[in-house]
Amino acid sequence: MAGEMQIDTPIRAETGAEAGPRGPGCSLRHFACEQNLLSRPDGSASFLQGDTSVLAGVYGPAEVKVSKEIFNKATLEVLLRPKTGLPGVAEKSRERLIRNTCEAVVLGALHPRTSITVVLQVVSDAGSLLACCLNAACMALVDAGVPMRALFCGVTCALDSDGNLVLDPTLKQEKEARAVLTFALDSVERKLLMSTTKGLYSNAELQQCLAAAQAASQHVFHFYRESLQRRYSKS
Amino acid sequence: MKETPLSNCERRFLLRAIEEKKRLDGRQTYDYRNIKISFGTDYGCCIVELGKTRVLGQVSCELVSPKLNRATEGILFFNLELSQMAAPAFEPGRQSDLLVKLNRLLERCLRNSKCIDTESLCVVAGEKYTPEERDPVPLSIHHMPICVSFAFFQQGTYLLVDPNEREERVMDGLLVIAMNKHREICTIQSSGGIMLLKDQVLRCSKIAGVKVAEITELIQKALENDQKVRKEGGKFGFAESIANQRITAFKMEKAPVDTSDVGEKAEEIIAEAEPPSEVSVSNPVLWTPGTAQIGEGIENSWGDLEDSEKEDEDEGGSDEAIILDNVKMDTGVDISNIGSQDAPIVLSDSEEEEMIILEPDKSPKKIRTQTIGVKQEKAASKKPMKKRKKKRAVN
Repeated sequence: MAGEMQIDTPIRAETGAEAGPRGPGCSLRHFACEQNLLSRPDGSASFLQGDTSVLAGVYGPAEVKVSKEIFNKATLEVLLRPKTGLPGVAEKSRERLIRNTCEAVVLGALHPRTSITVVLQVVSDAGSLLACCLNAACMALVDAGVPMRALFCGVTCALDSDGNLVLDPTLKQEKEARAVLTFALDSVERKLLMSTTKGLYSNAELQQCLAAAQAASQHVFHFYRESLQRRYSKS
Repeated sequence: MKETPLSNCERRFLLRAIEEKKRLDGRQTYDYRNIKISFGTDYGCCIVELGKTRVLGQVSCELVSPKLNRATEGILFFNLELSQMAAPAFEPGRQSDLLVKLNRLLERCLRNSKCIDTESLCVVAGEKYTPEERDPVPLSIHHMPICVSFAFFQQGTYLLVDPNEREERVMDGLLVIAMNKHREICTIQSSGGIMLLKDQVLRCSKIAGVKVAEITELIQKALENDQKVRKEGGKFGFAESIANQRITAFKMEKAPVDTSDVGEKAEEIIAEAEPPSEVSVSNPVLWTPGTAQIGEGIENSWGDLEDSEKEDEDEGGSDEAIILDNVKMDTGVDISNIGSQDAPIVLSDSEEEEMIILEPDKSPKKIRTQTIGVKQEKAASKKPMKKRKKKRAVN
């Protein structure tokens, strides 16, 4: 138990202006989001985090095949297409994670026997892909007007071999990290909706990453709010 | 999802408008929609928008050994995917017709016209390198074939260049001409079963020549811009192509996150968390190599089968042929505890035999014959412990 006391020291707080592109400590990369950019889907969004870019399209609530219909709520389907190659098992597993997150927030009971389809296309992958997919899916659902009980966001943390915590890692940082943890948090109380991790980490490190992700999600939700305000404000 | 059918009045409206040389979006007959080209951060990635139609293209490569009959050439693959994002009708598995047509068009246009130099794709044998070790060399392209589409209406009377989605739904047929800027036709594809006259096709090719020149110039300019920005170290990639003035777009610069208190927060949570409840795991008991048992299972809920059937036993040896068997899950019959003697163990597959339960030194009462196909044996212990054994796959 004594070892855990040492772990919090390597996590350095932001001390002001950063020297390089992403200095030590935690920061999120440059964010950009564009909504309603596709003409056919009911809702669409393109979410960019640094160089990672994901395009999401949402159809729904729409007609559902009888084999897939659920009598008391909407059937949510997520399709994730990689940039190159055929979709494989990794995509299927990510689809499932995203679907579970969306099902937790979408008010499916308001649209029984319908289908809500979220189609995601990876436009470029430069680290924290799953988090970017989650954010794109959320913005696309908002753009489509699907009723939700909360917004959600995805945050990725990477723990390197020294135990340093890096938020929103790049591809290189993810490869060299000892553990990569992705969390989906909801906007109402920053509660955890989904978590998926890869690698080795201790109990304390998990809680620290989760706390850091909750702090980062503040920024993401603030970004959502600003972008929606810009779109819907009358001035 | 099913495609929404086009209503009759919409169809009539479109056709009537075309007869009067009017298009829904205000274009002239020979006008192209706006083309927008944007490149991504990694090489070979590009998004092209033609009006509202949007296509993402990516070039990727890997080192493989060349084909035997073409030892000095590289191999080119083309693949086109219609995502469901593009139209609700593009369900995976449902769009074969259009997909095949477009794939063929791509192949013929780019492969058969030999616009990409496949011999330049060949790497010297014995020299393997990764993309990190060597700078990527741009593909050597001989010429750039550009496709131009023409839609025909009223059996070829009316022609529209670059039809949009509504116009395509009411057209009779489509003619695609792929041409490069040297006015060489690379591919012609006509679909829809329209019968065109020679001079119509010639007229289309003339129009195509003009359009291709414009589009090629646009592509060259976009490529030069991108190269310039990359060389000068400016920002490039899709992030830059999001127009800042649009109300539906929003950007945020790097945001520092204050994680100074995560250490304390985490400690609090761990301190307040309850330790997980004790889970008692019983040690595994090894019956024989290949057969082990963890836990004891639950009490038999079928009732006492002991006194149901009795018969005289036919006992040969006094001792233990300890018999294990494959018990089907649905029968749910208990097997008593089998002693751990060193006797040979016989795994029996037989289901339908009548068998005799051997009882080493118990009273005859406890012995019975069953026809279910289960062999049981009571151990030397007084109270037989009942276990459930699951059918094991025997490798």
